[in-house]
Amino acid sequence: MSRTYLTLLDPLTRLVGARGAMIVSAEDGLVVAEFLMENVKGSALAALAASLANRVARVVETSGRGAPRFMQLQAKGGSVFVAPAPADLILVLFTGPETAAGAARLEMLQAVERMG
Amino acid sequence: MIDDIRAWTAELAADPSSLIFLRLGEALRRRSQIEAALKVAVAGLTRYPHLPDAHDLYARILSDAGDLERAFDEWDMTLRLAPTHAGALKGIGFLYFRAGENELAVQHLEAALQETPEDEGLAQAVERVRDLLQPPPLEAAEPELEASAPAPTPEDRVLLVDAGGLPIRGRLSDPTGVEIGERIGALLAGTAREAARAAGLLGLGEWQGLLIECTQANLCLVKPTPESFLFEVQDLDVPIGQLGLRAERTARAARRWLEAMR
Repeated sequence: MSRTYLTLLDPLTRLVGARGAMIVSAEDGLVVAEFLMENVKGSALAALAASLANRVARVVETSGRGAPRFMQLQAKGGSVFVAPAPADLILVLFTGPETAAGAARLEMLQAVERMG
Repeated sequence: MIDDIRAWTAELAADPSSLIFLRLGEALRRRSQIEAALKVAVAGLTRYPHLPDAHDLYARILSDAGDLERAFDEWDMTLRLAPTHAGALKGIGFLYFRAGENELAVQHLEAALQETPEDEGLAQAVERVRDLLQPPPLEAAEPELEASAPAPTPEDRVLLVDAGGLPIRGRLSDPTGVEIGERIGALLAGTAREAARAAGLLGLGEWQGLLIECTQANLCLVKPTPESFLFEVQDLDVPIGQLGLRAERTARAARRWLEAMR
């Protein structure tokens, strides 16, 4: 696992309520790097996030609004944040409901920039 | 006040971890020393990124500086950290008022007043915005879903679809004006199913919304009822957090409309 990728994930895991952060292959949902709390199933999170990101990409393409930069799946128990990254990767952040979406967005977009 | 600013500046220099930055930043803001206030607030936020009052201070300064979008985001963050924070409720209420969203403005201002009932100026503001409110919500909501009527904007932006993705109401066009409701409906239904699956398998419970920031617009998918999905497109100048709130409001209107149709 790349040390550089783990360094990129580190600020995300410091957000209040963060349960895990990952870098995932967008095409097949395989884990490239991960920082997860013990009870989080990384492979499931990666596959679900990649699948959702692919569906969202098709919606965005069909709507003619460019390309997705950031997305948040909001649920009662927390959120999954996804940001497309270079090299056909996606950055995934899994949080509880207490996480500030604005802070998550900022950290994720900065991490994606650093991956470029 | 100048003496206070001097004393607080010295106190902060002696102890950079002191929470006195909150009073110093506010004092500088009140004296319209925006640049200095921003520096103090940003330094404080860097040290205390999860302190609601620090985000509130930063938002007030941004609002004074005219950066309303970022001010909204900061107040939004304040409310995520402290859902009953009166300053943030008041700030967001003010921004909604400025945007002409009087219903949302009054909701936030009333919530702020509940937290600070002694604030007479706020009570007067609530009264003033109440007076400006549109007629009953159901009547007010209906035109929102009348997107198939002549469009008030260059393109149609709200689409309500059933669980199978068939458009029920509203209309959606791409930026060139081509109608895409039917094409995108099936994709939206599939995306909503995937969102529900992901939330369920990850133990997050029921999904509530999907916010998507794109290079050319912000998009939002919400679920007015278990059998319907509402998709909204807005320009990038509508912050994604605000889009979520607007979509929730439209979803409530859609829910009322669906119930009335039964």
